[in-house]
Amino acid sequence: MSDPRYARQALFAPLGQEGQRRLSAARAALVGCGALGTHLAEQLGRAGLGFLRICDRDFVELDNLPRQVLFDEKDAADRLPKSVAAAEKLRRINSALQVDSRIVDVTAANVEALIEDVDLVLDGTDNFETRFLLNDACMKLGTPWVHGGCVGSYGQVMAILPGDTACLRCWLEHLPPPGSGPTCDTAGVLGPAVGVIAALQAAEALKILAGRRDAVHRGTHTIDVWTNIHQTIGAKRNPDCPSCGRKTFEFLAVRAGSLAMTLCGRDAVHISPAAPARLDLADLERRWAALGRTSRNPYLARLEADGCELSVFSDGRAIIKGTEDPARAKTLYSKYVGA
Amino acid sequence: MVVVVNGQEHGIEEGSTVARLLNELRLDAQPVAVELNGGLVRKMDYANTPLSDGDRLEIVTFVGGG
Repeated sequence: MSDPRYARQALFAPLGQEGQRRLSAARAALVGCGALGTHLAEQLGRAGLGFLRICDRDFVELDNLPRQVLFDEKDAADRLPKSVAAAEKLRRINSALQVDSRIVDVTAANVEALIEDVDLVLDGTDNFETRFLLNDACMKLGTPWVHGGCVGSYGQVMAILPGDTACLRCWLEHLPPPGSGPTCDTAGVLGPAVGVIAALQAAEALKILAGRRDAVHRGTHTIDVWTNIHQTIGAKRNPDCPSCGRKTFEFLAVRAGSLAMTLCGRDAVHISPAAPARLDLADLERRWAALGRTSRNPYLARLEADGCELSVFSDGRAIIKGTEDPARAKTLYSKYVGA
Repeated sequence: MVVVVNGQEHGIEEGSTVARLLNELRLDAQPVAVELNGGLVRKMDYANTPLSDGDRLEIVTFVGGG
């Protein structure tokens, strides 16, 4: 029996009732729910995807709103975690969509568990390191993923079918060193560029999830919405690729120790503790009472001190706003949360 | 000699390599993928891959935001 809700989509012959049925049974994981991620979640949620796991480590802020379509001013005022705010909107958009929201930093330690039960991984991240991690995990598990990246008015899209098409590391063998390319910090980003790149990602995702891999665009295409230059490069695999060829998966090797990472466009640093914690946020807020202004929601506690704003999640992660210096952020973390 | 980079003609000194071209285009420090006459050129081969007159290159920059 066909669902009239999706009649227009199923009428599109290459998708058809069969593709729509497959989509409604399909499971996807979205890693990163920012600019690309919210567009991807909305497009696939509206299209009738069956299950979406949303993984994000951040909370909503006012300067996300020009690009991040599922969020509003109230989410920013409440400092809701992005995965929670996105899930609330998606459930109102499509109650048949099963959403699993995770407030989590995707790392070598948890990536396989987060994607092992899905048919497809969607790239909504904002950094190459997480993408190299996703690429290794997907090549290891044989899971397709759709890469997208966007800065300024420009971005690239690449659908990756393990063992069939080139993977991200066939083309980019080495993790680009920090500072090697423009970022949203240095070059800004335009909403329409994000929309175009995410739409191209969503189209590739629909093909894969609807069982139409034959229609998947092979290779990388790039679009600049300002200059209107559009490029495509081929999809030939590199037989010596460290990920899909030699299967070394070095990004899955767990690194010990806490990590501090500057966040794209945020004047902020993200801190991951060496081991996951279970913090009592109410207790933390009480300990901070004499130190500065504090606030709390069910997901995070906030402290304004030393000219910075610390937002600490219950798993021990923190986002420290007001500095881009990882060392200073780590110092503040040790001081106010404890090592 | 003249090579075609992303559809545009680019004059470059005889005997130049892919590495030299990337340097001239100020792309040598950026994350790029290079296709020469339809085939991938690996980063380790940039300095020892000579260019010939009329070669066609596609150079794609990967950006990390999102």
